Amino acid sequence: MSGPKYPGFDTLALHAGQSPDPATGARAVPIYQTTSYVFRDSAHAASLFNMERAGHVYSRISNPTVAVLEERVAALEGGVGAIAAASGQAALHLAIATLMDAGSHIVASTALYGGSHNLLGYTLKRFGIETTFVTPRDLASWKSSIRENTRLLFGETLGNPGLDVLDIPAVSKIAHEAGLPLLVDSTFTTPYLMKPFEHGADLLYHSATKFLGGHGIAIGGVLVDSGRFDWERSGKFPQLTAPYAGFHGMDFEEESGTRAFLLRARREGLRDFGACMAPMTAFQILQGIETLHLRMPRHVESTRKVVGFLCSNAFSEKVLYPENKDHPDHALATRLLPHGCGAVFTFDIKGGREAGRKFIESLRVFSHLANVGDAKSLVIHPASTTHYRMSDEDLKKAGIGPGTIRLSIGLEDARDLIDDLERALKASQK
Amino acid sequence: MNLQIEGKKAFAYAAAHEFEQAKPTVVFLHGAGLDHSWWGLQSRYFGYHGRNVLALDLPGHGRSEGPPLETIEAMAAWVEKILDDRKLSTATLVGHSMGALVALEFAARHPDRAERIALIGVGYPMKVTDAFLEAAKRNDPAAYDMSTIWGHAPQVPLGANPNPGMWMYGDTLARLGRLAPGVLHSALAACNAYGGGIEAAGKLRCPVLFVLGGRDLMTPARSADALVKAIREPARVQVRTSGHSLMAEAPDATLDALVEFILGAP
Repeated sequence: MSGPKYPGFDTLALHAGQSPDPATGARAVPIYQTTSYVFRDSAHAASLFNMERAGHVYSRISNPTVAVLEERVAALEGGVGAIAAASGQAALHLAIATLMDAGSHIVASTALYGGSHNLLGYTLKRFGIETTFVTPRDLASWKSSIRENTRLLFGETLGNPGLDVLDIPAVSKIAHEAGLPLLVDSTFTTPYLMKPFEHGADLLYHSATKFLGGHGIAIGGVLVDSGRFDWERSGKFPQLTAPYAGFHGMDFEEESGTRAFLLRARREGLRDFGACMAPMTAFQILQGIETLHLRMPRHVESTRKVVGFLCSNAFSEKVLYPENKDHPDHALATRLLPHGCGAVFTFDIKGGREAGRKFIESLRVFSHLANVGDAKSLVIHPASTTHYRMSDEDLKKAGIGPGTIRLSIGLEDARDLIDDLERALKASQK
Repeated sequence: MNLQIEGKKAFAYAAAHEFEQAKPTVVFLHGAGLDHSWWGLQSRYFGYHGRNVLALDLPGHGRSEGPPLETIEAMAAWVEKILDDRKLSTATLVGHSMGALVALEFAARHPDRAERIALIGVGYPMKVTDAFLEAAKRNDPAAYDMSTIWGHAPQVPLGANPNPGMWMYGDTLARLGRLAPGVLHSALAACNAYGGGIEAAGKLRCPVLFVLGGRDLMTPARSADALVKAIREPARVQVRTSGHSLMAEAPDATLDALVEFILGAP
């Protein structure tokens, strides 16, 4: 017998989670566009409902097409399993709602996607869950902000908007010393560029809308559990370690050990909150994942060319990309992201808001919209769009300048992208 | 439920039911490095179908206090203490891999206390390669890789898990990652050293079921032949596509075989 060998990333991206369809032999993942599944008989139905047999009952809880996506992402990340959700925000909410009740507290990075910041800073407050925000590279603040009722530490692998690199080994160590899990948003890096579980994260999620799909046609999220956090030993999570009346007295950790978090998230979270993914969406995101290992290197290669161009252009200032030596997290990025720092970054244009507006309107190849991680290159000028109501002073507090431009570099010919940027930069200064 | 066996905590999953002396009991025994939750679907079924369930964590595994027991014979003696603690005169034993050897040894020592035994993913002798043993002895993660990859059928990483959304390799690695140093080695060494299988098989008086995986890399189905031959009229079910982890890879087929064997009807 030869030594043990795991399948490579590229093979898993194409195959994990799917066998050729046993009914038809279909090689592609079939779209099981069905709400429900016929029981063999009453005893079979009872066994499925009581979790004595594996299988599907109702597509809000699980669906064969969605399950392929879940297993595939779990395989690529090295997790025990995953749950697909209606969006990245739904995945974040599912994680939080599974782990904590009113009266709980989160310590989170300030460098978050705006939607996540809103959820933590405003919406969850209404439900009794408070968040303390800390500068991601201030390790002392992560530690000192933990309270008796803290239940989660949370950050992004590459933060918004300045691409702050989360020091996952250090922050997870702080979390684990306090008996807490670390959740990371891994959207900008994907498992191709970084596997957060290998660095100490316990839970992660993706907005699959971005690089995993890559095509900009489907909204979705995927929540993955490493299975390595010991909820029982922590003693802070009765949601997972004590009998739960909402599920027939089940003690999820006793029942399933490493699968406790996902079991409750699926059986309660999808059942009661219902933010599940549609099978067609899962199919579309799977089409993207099948080429993730081909797309990500190209995204990174083109981003490096564009970053190089902008760093030498007279009309651009302060290019924030962690591969640049002047980025505050350059050394950390070299250690945690050896395959590249992704394809989303910001730079400041000379001339502030007005120059930013002119620049955006002069671009021809870049699409002006509110998304990232598409095969097509994207651009947004926060000061004239998402943050246009904010004063320059308030923008500064959010780490955004009046001339800050965010680019998401796609898969077009990099020469065309640079030509487009060069022309628009000139136009912005007139 | 938590028990005290010789002053040490021993855990038995009871499928959320109170133990009732009047009910027949099924004892589940896991394999090397695993725990009671490996039997999740099957043990839960019997708990909700008229049986007491004791899905044990062997010493040093799961929630049971260590140190791990070093021989199959010692594990069988420990199971006897569990039955004594529960005041059980008899029980059905279902064992997987190392747990199957424990069930076999127990039934040979106590033919009057074993109603039936089901041996899943078993082979005899259960030899472990030197490389695997040495890696486990060093607590080298390579041992977890061997346990994971050889513990499943070759198609598992490229196929679908019957349990929606779960990644079998990741789950196994996460379980093994929670073990205290030395536990996996102790269990593997016990399997490797066990030499009483054929003698034990000859002493059995209860019905015996073999459930074997057609793609088992750890204990290929043919490696059970010597035991099968040494037992009078055993029942045998071979799940063609399953590897060593039958309860996870083929949960329905495994459960159906157990239901027919223990309850008498599929």
